[in-house]
Amino acid sequence: MAATLLARPLGRRTARRAGPSWQRGHGRIALVFLAPALIGFAVFYLVPTVRGLWFSFTDYNLLSDPAVVGLDNYGEVLSDQVFWNALKVTGVYVVFNVATQTVLALGLAVLMERLTRSVMIKAMVLLPWLVPNVTIALLWMWLLDTNVGFVNHVLEQIGLAKQGFLFSPDQSILTIASINTWRHVGYTALLLFAGMQLIPRHLYEAARIDGAGEWRTFQRITLPLLRPVLALVLVVSLIGSFQIFDTVAVTTEGSPVNASRVIYYYIYEKAFTQFEFGYASAMSVFLILLLVALTLLQMRLLRASTSDLA
Amino acid sequence: MKTSRRTLFATMLTLSTLAVAACGGGGSETPAADGKVTLTYALWDDRQQPAYQQCADAFQAKNPGISIKITQSGWDQYWTDLTAKLVAGDAPDVFTDHLSRYPELAANNQVLDIQPYVDKDKLDLSIYQKGLADLWVRDGKRYGLPKDWDTIAVVYNTEQVAKAGIDPAEFATWTWNPTDGGDFEKAVAKLTVDGKGRNGLDPDFDKNDVKTYGLALETGGGAYGQGQWSHFAASDGFVFTDKNPFGSRYNYDDPKLAETIDWYAGLIKKGYMPPYDQAGKLGVTPMMEAGKAAMVTTGSWTISSWGKDFAFAPLPVGPQGRKTMINGLADSIYAGTQHKDEAWKWVSFLGSAECQDLIAQNAVVFPAITTSADKAMAAHKAAGRDVSAFVEEANDPQGTFLYPITDNAAKVEQLVLAAYESVMLGKATASTALPAVNTEVNNLFQ
Repeated sequence: MAATLLARPLGRRTARRAGPSWQRGHGRIALVFLAPALIGFAVFYLVPTVRGLWFSFTDYNLLSDPAVVGLDNYGEVLSDQVFWNALKVTGVYVVFNVATQTVLALGLAVLMERLTRSVMIKAMVLLPWLVPNVTIALLWMWLLDTNVGFVNHVLEQIGLAKQGFLFSPDQSILTIASINTWRHVGYTALLLFAGMQLIPRHLYEAARIDGAGEWRTFQRITLPLLRPVLALVLVVSLIGSFQIFDTVAVTTEGSPVNASRVIYYYIYEKAFTQFEFGYASAMSVFLILLLVALTLLQMRLLRASTSDLA
Repeated sequence: MKTSRRTLFATMLTLSTLAVAACGGGGSETPAADGKVTLTYALWDDRQQPAYQQCADAFQAKNPGISIKITQSGWDQYWTDLTAKLVAGDAPDVFTDHLSRYPELAANNQVLDIQPYVDKDKLDLSIYQKGLADLWVRDGKRYGLPKDWDTIAVVYNTEQVAKAGIDPAEFATWTWNPTDGGDFEKAVAKLTVDGKGRNGLDPDFDKNDVKTYGLALETGGGAYGQGQWSHFAASDGFVFTDKNPFGSRYNYDDPKLAETIDWYAGLIKKGYMPPYDQAGKLGVTPMMEAGKAAMVTTGSWTISSWGKDFAFAPLPVGPQGRKTMINGLADSIYAGTQHKDEAWKWVSFLGSAECQDLIAQNAVVFPAITTSADKAMAAHKAAGRDVSAFVEEANDPQGTFLYPITDNAAKVEQLVLAAYESVMLGKATASTALPAVNTEVNNLFQ
């Protein structure tokens, strides 16, 4: 994505200038320096995208040659209940994950800002983020297991009922979202904490002189001035959160019924376990459209978020 | 200056193209230094790898010109990995194949037809367990040579069975039916114990506070229920498909299946089996070992994972007799291999008594050759395990039915699993959910 954003304005500028750029001498050398990026972009983004688009119009099982079927795959996607359910499940995941993660991270960042100077503690909140996703998924799967898991053992000890967590139809996707909230909250908190360092100290001093309490200071100074950073963090976690795959693949594999079958996992299943590559490609094209919409939203938000500090 | 720039540009372009080409090329054969052929052989069960290494050593001693390289990866990765390598044209020369997977591979011309070799070598296929060899034939072409088989039996915790006052000798003739579960359900109920020590038959039994479940529940197993429910349904008269192998119509709408699944899900409601959402993905072994479940039906491939506290019993006898699913693995040759003749030599050695006797001694699976399977049973006995339940079931001519082999297996699995799970979770009844999914399943074959 970054490559497109960079390439576009550059192309426009060269076109607007008078005379062919080749004759001014910088064009060619510029091209030389651009070549690695351009080739990388073509090989790793452009070609796969175009190929995927082509596959989406075919019936292709990876092993035989693709057969063109026109728009059949798209028609099927539109009437596929599991696809729409997967989008819904992914939506629930994203909303729950981003909401809990951001709120908790904000709280954590304020605590780090107001209560501690310890580098040790700041490093510690980052710890879950340093552990590989698959390890975390396995770790929580054992911890949350109903029969031999530690969490249910504790619940029983304090007199509460055992919970299905990952394998309960109502709790499954929320549990997965919580696991990833736990993993990312430290990292997000650190980003927000860094943002807080940009807020001038004298504003806090002024607030204190005026007799503002902790909550009012947070509401009237920290939050508004943190807005640009908060917007960035929100948008980045939104996009990242949308890509949920590994936790599902390791723990529930979409079960029970379709309660945790998120969109990326469904596409993966179709392509690599059921060999419906054409169909999987069609779903991916839908997803591209969705992500383009999200990206436009991202750009709009970032442009709107000029700092209030000026 | 101009030329040098142009040269620089051209060079960079060429270099990057080369780099890209190098990435794509890949997969070249290892060069045969002294005319020696290296065959790769893929399998998924790590417990079997040492045994097959012994086979490979014996084979290499007899065929100095061929060396065997064994690769192993877990069941899930195995198929993803194999698919990727088939697409890249770089698959292992010989690989372990599963009945549910080979139709798709064969339909896409990825598996070598070994019938000509079998004819040429006049191979005797009657040495294998009855019916196993023919499973690998479709339209006159043969896609694999049998290596082992598996059946289902009951594994139980000996101490808990004794404590419940059950004589294991009764298991030899116990019955089951979908209405009240027969002797089998009675045993399950007796083995279920609540927090106050009352068993499942006690009128005061508290199903919300179960300490030990009579029957453990393995999640998954929607479409075929191999270890979970296939034997119950079959002993009630249920047949999966219109014909096997290569049926084109599933019978998931059969009321006999619905009553079996409803009975099975009913064990959860009675508190004899853990709720589906609490069964977990760790498998039944941790639960059984922690003493939280006393009994479970399981496949013979798990035999070596059960410790001294456990013993095996035959499946209960249903209205139509005692039935177990029998499934077999085979070795297949990749159609694109460079060394077809050498690969056949290795496959026929894997399917010979010499190799299968070696496998038998390791007592992990039952080899496909009947005489070798007897040796495996003896090896189990020497290790202190009585596994006759599995073998006697396999040897009963009326007692086995085959793993259903059809096209679209992966899609069938996904569809039926969702329907099955909704029944097990108590969100639907089998008599409504299964006929509905059967229509969807059969639409795949239109």
